[in-house]
Amino acid sequence: MAERLRVCALYPQLMSIYADRGNLLLLERRCAWRGIGFELSRVGHGDTLDPDAHDLFYMGGGQDRDQRLVADDLVTHKRAALHAAAARGAAILAVCGGYQLLGHHYELGQERIAGIGLVDAHTVRAPGGTETRLVGNVAMEVTLPGLDGPRVLAGFENHGGRTHLGPDASPLGRVIKGHGNTGASGFEGVLDGGIVGTYLHGPLLPKNAWFADWLVQTALGRDELAPLDDRLEDAAHASARRAAGFPI
Amino acid sequence: MRGTGWKGAAARLAGAASRRSGRGGTSLPGKVLLRLDPHAIGTLSRGLERSAVISATNGKTTTAAMVAAILERGGARLVSNRAGANMAGGVAGALLRDAGDTGLFEVDEFWLGPIVQELEPSALLLANLFRDQLDRYGELEAIADRWAQVVAAGHARALVLNADDPLVADLGRERPADATFFGVEDVTLATPGLQHASDSTHCRRCGAPLVYDAVFLGHLGHYHCPNCDTRRPRPTVTAHDVTLDGVRGARFTLRTVAGDVTVAVPLPGLYNVYNALGAAALALALGAPVADVVAGLGAVSPAFGRAETVAVEGHDVSIMLVKNPAGANEVLRTLALEAGRHDLLAILNDQIADGRDVSWIWDADFETLAPSLRRAVCSGSRAPEMALRLKYAGVPEAAIEVEPELGAALDRALGGAPTGGRLFALPTYTAMLGLREELVRRGVAGSSF
Repeated sequence: MAERLRVCALYPQLMSIYADRGNLLLLERRCAWRGIGFELSRVGHGDTLDPDAHDLFYMGGGQDRDQRLVADDLVTHKRAALHAAAARGAAILAVCGGYQLLGHHYELGQERIAGIGLVDAHTVRAPGGTETRLVGNVAMEVTLPGLDGPRVLAGFENHGGRTHLGPDASPLGRVIKGHGNTGASGFEGVLDGGIVGTYLHGPLLPKNAWFADWLVQTALGRDELAPLDDRLEDAAHASARRAAGFPI
Repeated sequence: MRGTGWKGAAARLAGAASRRSGRGGTSLPGKVLLRLDPHAIGTLSRGLERSAVISATNGKTTTAAMVAAILERGGARLVSNRAGANMAGGVAGALLRDAGDTGLFEVDEFWLGPIVQELEPSALLLANLFRDQLDRYGELEAIADRWAQVVAAGHARALVLNADDPLVADLGRERPADATFFGVEDVTLATPGLQHASDSTHCRRCGAPLVYDAVFLGHLGHYHCPNCDTRRPRPTVTAHDVTLDGVRGARFTLRTVAGDVTVAVPLPGLYNVYNALGAAALALALGAPVADVVAGLGAVSPAFGRAETVAVEGHDVSIMLVKNPAGANEVLRTLALEAGRHDLLAILNDQIADGRDVSWIWDADFETLAPSLRRAVCSGSRAPEMALRLKYAGVPEAAIEVEPELGAALDRALGGAPTGGRLFALPTYTAMLGLREELVRRGVAGSSF
């Protein structure tokens, strides 16, 4: 049977506020151009999740109200499956609100939303309104397993939460330009094997096609992928880096 | 410090500031005035017989132009911030500059509260809430909450609300006696499902996902909550038998309590049918006769960049502002109605007025346009990212060019278009201003709005 990438989009209706569709589109097209089959399953509120049916799990960001709805369902119905999938080496990419739910909990004032505890992190909403959100273009340096040397991820962040990593978690990267997890730690996101959490949208993968490829590789357990004509992808990456103030 | 002497002094001061500032000074006199007197909007508007405020994510400027065309038929002398200076400074500036009896103001979503409080308008039109520039405004629900406070405060007498937008329609819940609803009734226009860009598909009251019987545009449509008794209010100003005529215009039957009339709007797309319905409902709430509504809507001309067509070097250039996924989708859907293959000039900027975050292009359905694109030139400060979006929408890479500099991009787009062919320019907000400047420089567009 021909090789295929089985992607699970978690809560595509509720958690897709920052053009998360662009991330899925990158994965789909780049698989198609390489002759890798692509299968997208949408798993939403109330649906059951099969940990073995997918190679890559994706969860994007949502508005506060939607995130609450999702958190409840995620913890009750999908927590065990995601832990099992991670344990057998599936890749997980969680962006923004999805990233926050990978941790232990998210505190919004008096309220505490439980997360699935897949990474050692917790998030606290900064007091105040829109003026305390961390917003802007970001560039960060990341070192990923299987890749030679550090690379740069570029994107856009927009979050009211401050995510604090515990002793058992490693950040995804070091912030070069932008705010990152807390605005003060100098770090952005979380990385644990094939589990990636990040505040970067923009969306992330169109701005960093090389990272989309790393995810596909990790999810399929491959050492390398066939090269593509990435002139426009490289130009878009350069454009996002320029916007962040860290040009190539 | 009240009365004409005060107003005269402030006006002279502000006018001088305006002249010094040159271009773009539309809101500066108002800003100076507000610094002298924070309640100047309230003070100056007391001389008006009536006033109306329009807010929405999309269509404010066009809807205001429609209402102006209707009210002017009835002899209204308008005080209006028509140049799109839609924050407090722009409103104050219009009150300072214009002499008239009727106030007509488009107001930025974020500024609605303080301006409505000062103006105490006779009628407030709230037309839609779409995802727009989240980096500037925070999330959609937060704006809806803010608007609910504005409505609850009671400074606006009549409310004119879009029944088809669940976020907006819900605002009428606490003041049903003051609310007039408008909506589209022609279900043949429904799209197969919610678009990727759709927002607010959950009940404002209980949080359950809304069920749609028909979706017209983004999250606008016929909906109900399966969990509580929330449903689309029954609108009294409605559109039936809608015909969309490509980029040229739209025609529909307008039904009001006074009966049915046929309206032909020289502006394209279902989004302009919504703008026309909102304008009609607002004008009727202000007491305009239906005959004026029909005549006014039939005579409205596009605001610059809102489906305006300009002849440039032997080509018709149609300029259609795109600034967020919902608005862009309607423009793309309208273009897809046009026969033939299209030449496109897509200009993506990321200034504050455009939204620093350009992620929205991945929520807009450029796939709709991809099959009919002949050639695309991408320009603006984020040109490469626009080009990449088109590539992933299915446009062959050989048909995509990148030229960040606007003048050069316009030359390439015009040079590559077939003789006599139409070029569609899709600029973001500051790109539209830049394109306008470029066309004025080439002597093909007038220098005033």
